[in-house]
Amino acid sequence: MSSKIKSLKYNGKWDFSPSIESVENLSIKKEYQLFINGQFQKPAANKYFSSINPSNEQQLSRIAKAESKDVNLAVSSARDAFNGHWRKISAKERAKYIYRIARIIQEKSKELAIVETLDGGKPIRESRDVDIPLTSAHFFYYAGWADKLKYAFPNRNPKPLGVVGQIIPWNFPLMMAAWKIAPALATGNTVVLKPAESTSITALLLAEIIKESELPPGVVNIITGDGSTGNLIVNHPDVNKIAFTGSTEVGKSIMESISGTNKRSTMELGGKAANIIFEDAPLDQAVEGVINGIYFNQGHVCCAGSRLFIQESVYDVVLRKLKDRMQSLLVGNPLDKNTDIGAVNSKQQLATIHKYINIGVKEGADIFQLNCELPNSGYWCPPTLFTNVSQSHSIAKEEIFGPVLAVQTFRTTKEVINKANNTPYGLSAGVWTDKGSKAFNLASKLKAGVIWANTYNKFDPTSPFGGYKESGHGREGGLHGLSPYLNIE
Amino acid sequence: MSKRIKVLKTYKIFIDGKFPRTESGRYTQLKKDNIPIANICLSSRKDIKNAVLSARNAFESWFSKSAYNRSQILYRIAEILEGNKNQFIQELILQGEDSKKAILEIDYSIDRIIYFAGWPDKINPIFGSVNPVASSHFNFTILEPMGVVGIIAPEENSLLGLISSIIPVILSGNTCVAIVSEKLPLCAISLAEVISNSDVPNGVVNIITGNKDELAPHLAQHMDVNALGLNIENKELKNQIFLRASNNLKRLVDVSKYNIQDSNFESPYIVKKFMEAKTTWHPIEKDFTSSNNY
Amino acid sequence: MILDLKTKVDKLGIEDRVSRITKRSLKSEAKLKGLKMILSMIDLTTLEGMDTNKRVEQLCYKATHLHNELPELPNVAAVCVYPNMVKTASSFLKYTEVKVASVSTAFPSGNSSLKVKIQETKEAVFNGADEIDMVISRGKFHSGEYNYVFDEIATIKENCGDKARLKVILETGELGDYDHIRLASEIAIKAGADFIKTSTGKIKPAATLPVTLVMLEAIKAHYYNTGKMVGMKPAGGISNSKLALQYLIMVKETLGNLWLDKHWFRFGASSLANDVLMQVLKQKTGFYQSNNYFSKD
Repeated sequence: MSSKIKSLKYNGKWDFSPSIESVENLSIKKEYQLFINGQFQKPAANKYFSSINPSNEQQLSRIAKAESKDVNLAVSSARDAFNGHWRKISAKERAKYIYRIARIIQEKSKELAIVETLDGGKPIRESRDVDIPLTSAHFFYYAGWADKLKYAFPNRNPKPLGVVGQIIPWNFPLMMAAWKIAPALATGNTVVLKPAESTSITALLLAEIIKESELPPGVVNIITGDGSTGNLIVNHPDVNKIAFTGSTEVGKSIMESISGTNKRSTMELGGKAANIIFEDAPLDQAVEGVINGIYFNQGHVCCAGSRLFIQESVYDVVLRKLKDRMQSLLVGNPLDKNTDIGAVNSKQQLATIHKYINIGVKEGADIFQLNCELPNSGYWCPPTLFTNVSQSHSIAKEEIFGPVLAVQTFRTTKEVINKANNTPYGLSAGVWTDKGSKAFNLASKLKAGVIWANTYNKFDPTSPFGGYKESGHGREGGLHGLSPYLNIE
Repeated sequence: MSKRIKVLKTYKIFIDGKFPRTESGRYTQLKKDNIPIANICLSSRKDIKNAVLSARNAFESWFSKSAYNRSQILYRIAEILEGNKNQFIQELILQGEDSKKAILEIDYSIDRIIYFAGWPDKINPIFGSVNPVASSHFNFTILEPMGVVGIIAPEENSLLGLISSIIPVILSGNTCVAIVSEKLPLCAISLAEVISNSDVPNGVVNIITGNKDELAPHLAQHMDVNALGLNIENKELKNQIFLRASNNLKRLVDVSKYNIQDSNFESPYIVKKFMEAKTTWHPIEKDFTSSNNY
Repeated sequence: MILDLKTKVDKLGIEDRVSRITKRSLKSEAKLKGLKMILSMIDLTTLEGMDTNKRVEQLCYKATHLHNELPELPNVAAVCVYPNMVKTASSFLKYTEVKVASVSTAFPSGNSSLKVKIQETKEAVFNGADEIDMVISRGKFHSGEYNYVFDEIATIKENCGDKARLKVILETGELGDYDHIRLASEIAIKAGADFIKTSTGKIKPAATLPVTLVMLEAIKAHYYNTGKMVGMKPAGGISNSKLALQYLIMVKETLGNLWLDKHWFRFGASSLANDVLMQVLKQKTGFYQSNNYFSKD
């Protein structure tokens, strides 16, 4: 009977006018150098690569490409700083440097947010309200630990590891830099960090902030480059630990490279999280959580709720609510304050997403996509969902890393726990139910490092984040985020 | 060209974010080498009453701020204090402190605030717990602030002593009423000014000057004060306070046992002393297997 | 009659959704259009013990002459008064499109006998009220006597006859959790409400964005279950345009185009109109306004 009732329409009568964030006071340099030993220096081989704005495919800047000479210089600067002046600074004073960095980030937050949006494609509202605040919060949080480590590890004398090599992805560029650098510094290590090739600029702005904070030279080195630069860092004999966030594929090859060495590692890799809606869930809010879980940040989120499990009795209602809610999502110019879904980060990523969408259709799932106007240039994908998906479909097994949701149904708790766990990944999961005891049951049975009950995609510097199984090992955030950077023997 | 006349400062008390005079109208003159330095409010029990009321009203919203937010506010106190360093150095010297020591005391005070500013969001990870009870329950313990804490600050080390008395108390969400050093009260009022400029909500910190012997008992026997942090050398006064405080079983923390000059004072244990543990149980639905994982 | 008591509402989830909505940015065309829509949706309200006929007439004049310098502006939707003022309002507004809404059922407390409430309603309708704003019995609701609440609404609806539309005031500030508000909404809707309304405006909190969202969701569920539309009116505490626009955006993103119309959405407000006028003028001229230039009625 309900299928005869007309679907509600959300667009066409009163649409938003553009509300574009102004970039007047902003200046992105034409060229960025490597940040080594407290100075910006040209790459030894004088090579640069282009960084483009994925929303219009225009070049934003040229970025230095670090090769072996540069990597060696960065590592040795970090080593010298570690053996020399950084070690001599008391933990209390170390903390103050980190506080300074946090403060300056807060002062420059608007500028950082805009650059993050231009370089990566994510909506300005997200960079402004999520990425940048979490970035400074991370530095604040870990600054507070620097002189309190003995309480985190009672009866131990925790010592820093030395030089840590850190490689970060393009989905939360500045925030990931904070997740890596803050705990490393708080625990007394020195850092060589490589941002992702397609999103280097905010890391370089962070380098400027680090310089402004008067952090001693060599303590943090930021060197830009591509996969080959990353490999050089991974394989450098004088790096004591590798921290990597990225795809499971690359994570595996890094683990191969460092096997047999003494290098410590933390890996934060891919995911294919199950988001589970029970019939007794507050359905409207659950739907909001699902939307947030997969379409926020264009789906470029390792912990994205990319597999939706709806309890069969409420399947029709939930699906209808999902589709209705999608109608209010705005895809477009990331600089527009109303944009919900910005540009896909790169041509390659868009191609990957399209590949999976085609696979999904071929495999026999039913596709539903938001019918919206997309700009002429740039990389775009409207929010998409597939129904009639089976557990064995590729789109239900493999990480797409885009705004594509695979929807399945279930009947009982036991069934959905099995299906949710039936994956080599284990980063995160979501549970929606009104019954607390059921939420805790699911939380205790789901094999994932982060469980969101009646919420999704919440992050906080005090909350440990990381995965089970092929989603990686080690945790970032909270007290647990300290031990990967320390020797606690 | 006539000599410029200085504008002298009036030292009032600090209640509910404002600077009233004592409602009793009394004052006492602070002298150094028999030269008058300032007229200090000789507060009365009514001021204590007002301060406790203000602290009580401020508690709910101070406590419900996120730990991160309180951290930021404490950090801001340090920032503002650093900016006003000179004023404090002058006042410490005026009160008879040697200038080198004065500089050390203020630097130490600022660093101590920064130390404690890092604790709000780390207390529960260390002292809280998830308890593996034998039944199928999710059982967790968290530490919460107690409420309104009455503070008697030490006579010596007027700035460092006051900071060390107040900051560990408010960082977890408590609000406080502090009776400050009788001999060296100047920094206390200037600290109140710093606090008032640092985004600290009204009523979280209240600062009262006057005669300790007269005022302390009123704070000690106030039924709406949950705990006392005492830094009193005088045994007789201390015992009197302990006695009066038993009327509503106030939690008592004898801070005079610690050497606040020592960096060992900086620890989470002093913070924990002003917190209560709350344990919550919630069932975990048992499923097809028979054990629970928490 | 079986009431669906199962619908759960998650408070934090509602507030998250509201937070997204409040981040929407309205500029230029869209803003001007929104402002004009708001004007057309206002129920200009005077519900004071000291209301007089002249006061009501002044308000009715304002309702049809918002700002003579801007003749292209729409009139407000209705004027809302106490039952003893209906005749005055109704005769003043006879040849206009502005509706006369009357409160009834022992507004604002609702603590009177059913007989009195029926009588009050009948009189207001007889005297020319186009709309009746009733209050539910919150005491009965909290006692769990949901059937009583339902029956009372249905009876008043009956006594509105064919011509008058019924708005049911839930008084959300007295109801408690969002779950309760959802339940009260469902009861009112099923009992025949043409509109569900948040508040009497006499207590705090009056209307809030989260509470309105809960009610809009109840309306949406009813639409998809039956194909029938029910209107919604937040009242009290909406004194500036920015907030009013946020409400409107919430309607747009929850219920869509059909509800962006004065027949289905109203604002219960008194001082809102002037603020909207100032914003309209600011949009047109480019500079911020002073309220000395807008008549205070």
